[in-house]
Amino acid sequence: MIRAQNIALSFDGKTVLTDISVSFAPAKTNLIIGRSGSGKTVLLKCLIGMLEPDKGEVWYDDDQFTAFNPDQQRSFRQQMGVVFQGGALFDSLTVEQNLKLPMDFFTPWKRDQKKERVNFCLEKVDLPGVNRLYPAELSGGMKKRVAIARAIVLNPRYLFCDEPNSGLDPQSAIVIDKLIREITVEFGITTVINTHDMNSVMEIGDHILFLSEGQKCWEGSRDDILLSDNKVLNDFVFASELMKKFI
Amino acid sequence: MKLLLNLGRYLMFLRRVFSRPEKPGIYIKKVLREIDRLGITSLGIVAIISFFIGMVVIIHLTANLGNPLIPDYYNSYTTRDVLVLEFSSTVLCLILAGKVGSNISSEIGTMRVTEQIDALETMGINSASYLAQPKIIGMMIITPALVLLSIFIGLIGGWFISIAGNLMTGADYIHGIRFEFDSYKVFYTVVKSIVFAFLITSISAYHGYTTQGGALEVGRSSTLAVVNSMITILIANYLITQLMLG
Repeated sequence: MIRAQNIALSFDGKTVLTDISVSFAPAKTNLIIGRSGSGKTVLLKCLIGMLEPDKGEVWYDDDQFTAFNPDQQRSFRQQMGVVFQGGALFDSLTVEQNLKLPMDFFTPWKRDQKKERVNFCLEKVDLPGVNRLYPAELSGGMKKRVAIARAIVLNPRYLFCDEPNSGLDPQSAIVIDKLIREITVEFGITTVINTHDMNSVMEIGDHILFLSEGQKCWEGSRDDILLSDNKVLNDFVFASELMKKFI
Repeated sequence: MKLLLNLGRYLMFLRRVFSRPEKPGIYIKKVLREIDRLGITSLGIVAIISFFIGMVVIIHLTANLGNPLIPDYYNSYTTRDVLVLEFSSTVLCLILAGKVGSNISSEIGTMRVTEQIDALETMGINSASYLAQPKIIGMMIITPALVLLSIFIGLIGGWFISIAGNLMTGADYIHGIRFEFDSYKVFYTVVKSIVFAFLITSISAYHGYTTQGGALEVGRSSTLAVVNSMITILIANYLITQLMLG
């Protein structure tokens, strides 16, 4: 369980997040949605400690993450897996080395055990046999899948994904969505996903937080989202012609 | 005021860089890799520049100090001191600041703007230490070796042109480079090269690490890294010379 309480943050006097409180349950795909610039990524960065909120608290189960010092936060992050928008794979390392890096640092495993874990994670994301390729040799979708494999390599309790299917074709986007959901349920991970893709919302949105101009505007499930009478939410949800057909 | 702010940030960056490594074994492997990547790959340029500078210095000295009252071997003696005291440490490190400094800054800067550094941090790895420490230590180990090699190759360049250009006999040249040899000067140049290596790598890593924005800013950081490394090398050169030889 991840709990954010009254999170507020400003940059140079400009308010980016205002008093956001939300809980994210384990084994569920929790989505943060909203227009570009609504504060989704900033909230995600506050949750993982890459940004320090001006006000508010972040709790991971019984641990108050925001009360930790930077070293404690860094150490705690070993329980997190993060998938960045562009994948953020290390260019100079092969796929296998990318996946091995966190294991080299934080596990006492032998070489064979690491190799086995790498292969397991790559199979999980349906990419067996790409161990020796460099990120530059992978397609956008493959990069995202390798990034997911790297994020789960240490069996994280919490998984964060920043727009995991941005820049992908609709079919690849669905593959990524399903993959994240499968991993979340199978390993009981608390997953938080930033997205503005309505397909993802309808596909995997167990719990949805809608942000608008840095404020919590609506919260509910994918079943509720089409029935909401929140005008700002409806403007966002039914922006496309495809979604208008649901009305 | 901005200078003080940057100095403070640089010192805080160094504090993170030199905090205790999570897994020393990984760092040792990385140091060896950086020695190869930053130092060994610079051997070619060091050899070429040193050889030609050695030749040019002795040609200048012979042309300008040609006097029946000054023995020929004084030219090779002076060439040796030029190479040992200034060229092979200071000038060579200024050249390395351009080659290695821009390489380090652009590499780390690109990692910053493509969120690779954020990825390291979210894994729980001290990114400043993981990225910069092996480069700094690697360069501090390999640069004195490059400088000593540069002196040696520069002296060979001088010897070659002395014979080929009929400037002096080989015996005079050898006598000159052995004349009043003071090993303390070599020690002084090694100390300088270690300090310069630290400055080049740490300043370049700092500029790369603090890059914000996109490709344009990576280029800007790279330029700043080279310029600031060069300026600090010149200041450090004066201070070390004043301290050790003044």
